[in-house]
Amino acid sequence: MKAVKIIAIVLLVAFVGIQFMPVERNQSDGVPKTDFMLVNDVPSDIKNKLQVSCYDCHSNNTQYPWYNKVQPVAWFLEGHIKEGKAELNFNEWDSLSSRRKASKLRSIIKQIESGEMPMDSYTLIHKEAAFSEEEIQQVIKYMENLKDSL
Amino acid sequence: MSKLKLVLGIVAIAFVTLTVVSCKDAKNDKNNSTDHHSEMNADEDHSKMNHDNSDGHHDGDKKEMTMGGNGNSQAVLNDYFNLKDALVSDDNAKAKALGATLAKTLRSLDISSNYSESQKDDLKDIIEDAVEHAEHISESDIAHQREHFKILSKDMTDMVAITGTDKKLYEQFCPMYDGGTAWLSMSEDIKNPYYGSKMLTCGKVQKEIN
Repeated sequence: MKAVKIIAIVLLVAFVGIQFMPVERNQSDGVPKTDFMLVNDVPSDIKNKLQVSCYDCHSNNTQYPWYNKVQPVAWFLEGHIKEGKAELNFNEWDSLSSRRKASKLRSIIKQIESGEMPMDSYTLIHKEAAFSEEEIQQVIKYMENLKDSL
Repeated sequence: MSKLKLVLGIVAIAFVTLTVVSCKDAKNDKNNSTDHHSEMNADEDHSKMNHDNSDGHHDGDKKEMTMGGNGNSQAVLNDYFNLKDALVSDDNAKAKALGATLAKTLRSLDISSNYSESQKDDLKDIIEDAVEHAEHISESDIAHQREHFKILSKDMTDMVAITGTDKKLYEQFCPMYDGGTAWLSMSEDIKNPYYGSKMLTCGKVQKEIN
């Protein structure tokens, strides 16, 4: 019984302790001129969808609900954001060449089409980030057109 | 009273542990090593050196650079053809390894001479794009590898248009894969890298280069 108590206390202390460890927050002021939404004429419903479903990990600004500030969730998130931005950063869209844009658009289409993005672990908590069948078609069509217009 | 001491003790231990852990993290970031965190710190100094060497990342790059002879477009093409052959034989693991090799060769491609400024810009762009696809190929399942190989093939075709090649190449085309897809080959015979054994001979020669 005493052992259980000690373990519980240790866990509690560790949990409280890790809250004080530094986390890098993915936040910045203003949107750069190279942003996907600024350089492309994106219809408002698609804009909204991309903002909600993609921008948390694929831009320089993450919307942090309270539970994303709690460790160890914040660490988990931090890793994904780093990886996500390395792969694609919508804020820096226009700094890419046409060739690279076409490559990225192809990947965006494939990822959404196959349901790999947005990630299950993300849509599990962010229900509103999930794509309906209709939204998938809508966004893919837009991305296809954009790719053809490059 | 003893309970309070116990709690204080635990808090102290937890605090020390966390401090150590967080310092470790910071150090690792500086070392810029991704896979061997805990071993790195636990190792003694001399074994750390060995470890760095066996890791092979940075050293490999340096070697490529100093060898120089590897930095030409033919080396890139050779790696590309090896990768293509792995896809033809449905070999996911081999394609992964060859994708990594190709990424490395692409990075060491020397574009400093003999090209106009606009060609250099184009080549830089092509390499950047191709490296990304090669890297994805090095860590994907075979369906994904083939998706990336499609765009990689386009990059290689555009590269050859600038760098030229002394070998005779065949641009081949499969109308079935993803709305029609091309690839390069050294041989006139069709061996389809997008379908492998499923549809090995689907396709035709679309263009001869040289």
